[in-house]
Formats: sequence, structure tokens, C-alpha cells
Amino acid sequence: MSKSITAKDLNVYYGDFLAVEGVNIEIAARSVTAFIGPSGCGKTTFLRSLNRMHEVLPGARVEGQLLLDDDDIYGPGVDPVTVRSMVGMVFQRPNPFPTMSIRDNVLAGYRLNGARMSKSQADGIVEGALRGANLWNEVKDRLDKPGSGLSGGQQQRLCIARTVAVKPEVILMDEPCSALDPISTLAIEDLISELQKEYTIVIVTHNMQQAARVSQKTAFFNIAGTGKPGKMIEYAETSTIFNNPTNQQTERYVSGKFG
Amino acid sequence: MTSPGESHSPAKATEPSNRQEPSHNALTTSDSGGVMGDRVFSGLALLAGVAILITLAFVAIFLSFNSVGAVYREEEGLILRQFLEYAYPLVIGTLIASLIALVLATPVAVGVALYISHFSPPRLSKSIGYLIDLLAAIPSVVYGAWGMSFLGPALVPVYGWLHQHLGFIPLFAGNPSQTGRTIFTAGVVLGVMILPIITSVCREIFIQTPKLHEEAALALGATRWEMITMAVFPFARAGIISGVMLGLGRALGETMAVALVLSPGLLTASLISSGNSTIPAEIALGFPEAPPGSERQAQLIAIGLVLFVITLIVNMTARWIVNRHKDFSGAN
Repeated sequence: MSKSITAKDLNVYYGDFLAVEGVNIEIAARSVTAFIGPSGCGKTTFLRSLNRMHEVLPGARVEGQLLLDDDDIYGPGVDPVTVRSMVGMVFQRPNPFPTMSIRDNVLAGYRLNGARMSKSQADGIVEGALRGANLWNEVKDRLDKPGSGLSGGQQQRLCIARTVAVKPEVILMDEPCSALDPISTLAIEDLISELQKEYTIVIVTHNMQQAARVSQKTAFFNIAGTGKPGKMIEYAETSTIFNNPTNQQTERYVSGKFG
Repeated sequence: MTSPGESHSPAKATEPSNRQEPSHNALTTSDSGGVMGDRVFSGLALLAGVAILITLAFVAIFLSFNSVGAVYREEEGLILRQFLEYAYPLVIGTLIASLIALVLATPVAVGVALYISHFSPPRLSKSIGYLIDLLAAIPSVVYGAWGMSFLGPALVPVYGWLHQHLGFIPLFAGNPSQTGRTIFTAGVVLGVMILPIITSVCREIFIQTPKLHEEAALALGATRWEMITMAVFPFARAGIISGVMLGLGRALGETMAVALVLSPGLLTASLISSGNSTIPAEIALGFPEAPPGSERQAQLIAIGLVLFVITLIVNMTARWIVNRHKDFSGAN
């Protein structure tokens, strides 16, 4: 489990609009990589292109290569459905399925494979995933209650449990804490550093302290102006990005001079 | 911004003219036109709400009062049994026709709505939507004429085939109609008529499915169909039910189309031979011939009351179904 991601000269388009230009990046397996940058700089678009989720918008396409270990995610004959089952995603706002119980939410992805499982097997998967998301002790007595009844932080951990349950290679997180209070944020950050032992994690965040706390490497994205494509400006060890960046734009951003 | 008068106020505070001022509260001054508008609007809204109740009450009272003659005769007292014997074939006929319409229309309507909301290219979906709405604009008498003169005869060979091969099932037993003016034809016409209602309700609700939930499903590796079953259908459940119930309401009460299509007769299990009738058709065909104040008229009004009650039950059941899963509706 856990694979690396390599992008080679990746351009991401929406129709004719070039949203992200020329990204070259190597993300190691079992690591946490943070994407930071001002709003609209293309970091979320790039993140979504990593599991082809940006394709839900009509006209979305890419140029260049994006490799999961050695396999091209955009290779001919590759089904986005397969890609997404290997590259899971956690969203900005917690989005458990409101009509499903906590238990069914965790099993939702698992059931997509159509595998029949016994009740005890299912129980094992639910407990494993919820323990993995540090949520088991809080919800074990109400697994049949709707997932939407949990607090925001718990819902987000439920979404992580749901993602972990399908055993992906990579987990993408799109500002997973931006809708949460500081305590829940801390819980998610602790969880991220635990998940890192088994998964490759890529996280987009607006919170630079968060990037500094959870990630080993950080990529800084910026945009020259509205209508211009976003670019990856600098990619290095997190400590380098925050203490000793080589690029002046990065330095100005991390020191709070803009953005 | 302080005016010269205000800046001197401490000095003038002792003057009598200024001592009257403290009774004036700055918060009480408000725009009286707005307050008036608010009152008028709330009065109008109340009136509108009450008007519905009054209308409903009048209909119920009118129906109950005038239908007494159907269940009570001075010489014989209560004749409930006689009325029920008259009413039950009509009730069953109405339910059968509506059921056929629902069974045919619901899957098609959900499919069309789904195609418009999630599968078709945006430009095409607009024009299909307009076409469906156009279907709703056709008057029922036109549907009736179409069912009587085109659909009925077109279905005659189908009835013949069904009778020949599936005649052992009571539904397809009996002599197949040679004009095609059967309860099944009526059901098909009703199905076409309620299709646009169900479709547009479903389409509206499908479009409103939160992107968040659709993406949650896709990100787990769901195909488009799996995404629809995981995110769209659960979200739209209540909407689909209310769409179906709206359609059922129309099918139950539809008069003109059924009166034209169906050649009414006694209750029979067979869907493909002439026979059966529905309440609205019975009322429409029987009313012109019933002398005012006669027992026959009372009978027709009473059967109307029965239809009223059936529709009420249908709607209440629908509400009950929708409310039963409130916790899981995603509204909280």
C-alpha cells in the first residue's frame, strides 16, 4: 500500500482556460505534502487533478504526465473510477451521506466493489476504519444513528474513516479543517500524522501553521494575476519553505506580506 | 457632526424647554409606512390561509350534506349496504386505472428526469425539459380524444396477443375488446398525462442534490450510476414520493380523458375487455341525467365524497412516508 505521485510538466485546463501550468513534482510514498498559496492559485485544481475529480466539470483535461508509482493516471484506457478508488479524497466541508447511518457511511465505499461480506466482516471493517480515524470511542454506541447528527469535527473524521475503509494508496485532503474549530482541527492533525505511516497524504491548506505542523514537504503555488494560470513556485522541505525559501514570492507569502 | 446646539447642551440642560426632551426615545421613531405594510401583508397572508380552510370545509360540508340521500331513505332507514355495493366497483376501478398509470409513468418519469439532470448535455436538457412541460399543457379532452381514436385501436392487437398467450391470468382473461376502449387503455392515457408532473418534480429535486454528496460518492470510486444511487436517490426520495403522489392525485381525479376513452361497464378483473369504470367518469357521465334533488344525484355526490376521502388518505400517507425518515433526510 501507499504509492508515490509524480507529475511531469502537467498543465490542467478547463476548456480553453489554462488553470495550472507546468507542474513538476515528486511526492514520496508515506509522507505528508502540503500545498499552500493564495486563493485561486490552482492548488485545489491541481489536487483534484490527482484523482481526476476535476473532471466533474465539463471540458476539464490535462496535458503532461501524472504517475501513480509508474502508472499514468491519464493513460489511455484508464477509468477515472479506478483512479478514485486508489486515490481517496476528503473535502473542505464534511460530507457524510445524510441518509446513511454512521455504519453505512463507513461501508459506503467498500460496498461499491460489490463484494458480499458477512455481518462480522462488516463490523470488523467499520471498527477498523473508525479506530483508524480516532472516532470509534465517540460513536461506537450509536453506529445506527445518522452521520449528519455528529459534530463538524466528528463528521470530518467520519469522512476520513470512509475514505480509509476502501484502503486507498493516496489520500487527498482539500482544506479539511477550514470548517472546523481549533479542537477538532487538532484531532484531524493528530490523525494525519498517524495516517502518514500507511498512506501518502497530500493536503491543501490556507493555514500556514497547519502546513508547518503536519507536513514534511511543502509546495507553494502562486498566480501572476486574474486570468493567468497558477504555477508551482517552490517545492522543498517544509522547514526550508518557512525558514529559508529561495524564491522571493514564497518568502513574501510565508512571512505574511501578501495573500 | 455635532451641531452647535448639541455642543452647548450641558449649559442648556437646566432650561425648561430641554427638560421635556428626555421623554423622547430615539428608538421609537421608525418608519410607520413599513409597519403598516407589515400589518397589511400579515393580514393578507392570514386571509389566504383561512380561505383555503373555508373552501375545504365548504366542499366537505356540501358533499356530506347532499349525499345523505344516498345512504338514508325515509321508508327504509339507513341503506349503507346498498350504497357500498354501488360504490365499491367504482372505487376499485378508479384505483386500478390510477395504479396502471403510476406503474407505467413513474419509472419513465424518474428516468427522463435523471437524464435531464445528470446525463444529457446541458443544451439538450433544456429543450427536453420544455418538451416535457409542453406535455403538461395539453388539455385532458385532447388526451381523451387521442386515447379513444388512436391509442385504443392501436392496442387492440396487443390485447388479442395478451389474451391468447396469457389468458390463464385473470387480468387478461375475458373477451378482448374490439375497440380498445378498456380500463388498461385508460390507464395508459392517464400515465401519459401524469408523466410531466412527476418528471418536473423529480427533475427539480435531482438538480438540487448537493454537489458535496455527489463528489463524496465519486471520490470513493463510484460510477455515475452508483453515485446516483448513493447520493441522488436518497436525497430525492421525499421529492420523488411527492411527485408520484401529485401524479396519483391527478390520475384519481381525471374525468374527461377517462370518460372519453373508457366504455364503462361492470367490475371485472380483466384489464383488456370492456368493463369497469372510475368515479370521475361515472359522475361526469351520470350527472347530466340525474334529476336535481333525486336519489341518483345524491348517490353521485356521495361517490364524489368517497373520492375526496381517497385523495385525502393518499396525501396523508405520502406525508407520513416522507416524515418517517426525517432524521435521515439531510435537512438537519
